[in-house]
Amino acid sequence: MPSETQAAGPAPKGGDLIRRHRLSTRIWHWLNAVTLLVMLMSGLMIFNAHPRLYWGQYGANNDPGWLEIGSTNGGRGVLLIGSRSFDTTGVLGLSTGANGQPVEVAFPGWATVPSTYDLALARRRHLTFAWLLSASIVAYLLWSLVNGHLRRDLAPKGRELRPGHIFHEIAQHARLRLPKGEAARHYNTLQKFSYLAVILVLIPLMVLTGLTMSPQMDAAWPWLLDVFGGRQSARSIHFITAWLLVGFVIVHLLMVLLAGPLNEIRSMITGWFRLPKERAR
Amino acid sequence: MTTRRKVLQGLTLAAPTLLLGCDRLSQSPSFRDLLKTGDWLSYRVQRLIGSDALAREFAPSEMSPVFRTNGNTMPGSADYQRLLTTQFADWRLQVTGLVEAPAALSLADLRAMPTRTQITRHDCVEGWSAIGKWTGTPLGAVLEQARLKPAARYIVFHCADDFYGTPYYESIDLADALHPQTILAYGMNDAPLPTGHGAPIRVRIERQLGYKSAKFIMGVEAVSDLSGFGKGEGGFWEDVAFYDWYAGI
Repeated sequence: MPSETQAAGPAPKGGDLIRRHRLSTRIWHWLNAVTLLVMLMSGLMIFNAHPRLYWGQYGANNDPGWLEIGSTNGGRGVLLIGSRSFDTTGVLGLSTGANGQPVEVAFPGWATVPSTYDLALARRRHLTFAWLLSASIVAYLLWSLVNGHLRRDLAPKGRELRPGHIFHEIAQHARLRLPKGEAARHYNTLQKFSYLAVILVLIPLMVLTGLTMSPQMDAAWPWLLDVFGGRQSARSIHFITAWLLVGFVIVHLLMVLLAGPLNEIRSMITGWFRLPKERAR
Repeated sequence: MTTRRKVLQGLTLAAPTLLLGCDRLSQSPSFRDLLKTGDWLSYRVQRLIGSDALAREFAPSEMSPVFRTNGNTMPGSADYQRLLTTQFADWRLQVTGLVEAPAALSLADLRAMPTRTQITRHDCVEGWSAIGKWTGTPLGAVLEQARLKPAARYIVFHCADDFYGTPYYESIDLADALHPQTILAYGMNDAPLPTGHGAPIRVRIERQLGYKSAKFIMGVEAVSDLSGFGKGEGGFWEDVAFYDWYAGI
């Protein structure tokens, strides 16, 4: 992004059209948009096959779980986390199926692919798209190292790490005062943190905890079991990290809406971004 | 604001269409073939990086307090009931197919062969895991005795149980068949293998999901390809519900 605009000449100002996103970033972004959605919805279907989570090497119906989604005899959907119970009727545990009848299922049909129970198909989807997700994150990370994207655009500069600067950015974001003009040419610190968290922590964590659930991978790479504390712990971390990614996507979409959706979406398709005009003083 | 509202309206309209599209896509044969590429790729790559690797073995203190059963827990056939009442005295493991020396082995024959005991984790395709102790004869020892013919590529397990009249069966490649932890288990948790877990023997395929570890085994057959069994997908769940033949992931 900024590297391509460092050519000599006057610095761009609000209203100027600049090159914002590289081709590699744009391809990776849209590939992820599709892949993560399929992974999430097929993953929720896989979860529905056994809607309980455990810590440790093993965990099945007779073992204590830390999270469970189910339904009661009284026809209520419940989410249990530790010793706390939440009534989630209509969404989790008990929801309305396509035919209008109540269905006892952890995540509702509208959140899963396929929309009715089919573990085999969900696994086929999940484990085929997992190859896309893994290959693209590895390729993108390597390419971002090579072309300097990580170092130039994503790594926070020294001054950006000062608490004062970070608090200032948080305050500006809280007031929905997003960067304009020249300042909008670069990712702000909060953006850098969240993008780095996604590409260096969350997606790699999804891939590795996913691999830990593979019995053959546990044989080939036994350190996976040691790193995550067992297959069932890996399954729990996989579930939690999936929701952290969902949280990222929600905030990300909100920010796109706030920052000007057409300009932002165009920049992610064509690469060209119009710098927002400076605020009138 | 109008554009934003339109975008939101568009999204809410698009979501159900997308969902319907996904469900319809699942029925298309070419899309199903495409979805098979993931399993094929996982099989090839996992064989490449860890064909000989051993599954982790655990300490007795790490075992599940309760090891739940799954699938069929009592075959319905009269033949099996008869075997059960005589404590499998007349049961013989039929070793057939592409072998030089077909055999019919009793439980005593199997117990007289090399023994292996291992505490391993059983992973169900549904997501749960249980750790238990298995004792049995390495399948490799049985196959060595029967002497596989060069054309043999897979081992098929024939089982006594069925779902609505369709017999259960499973199959594995030779990398798993000859793997030291692949055993024909007649013992579980220091006791004879319980009926619910597949008496008289079940196979343990420790690096694949539970449905590969067939129970109530009546015969093992060495074959060169799997098309002649069931619907040709290599196992009961593979045939009836499109589960992956390679279940190492």
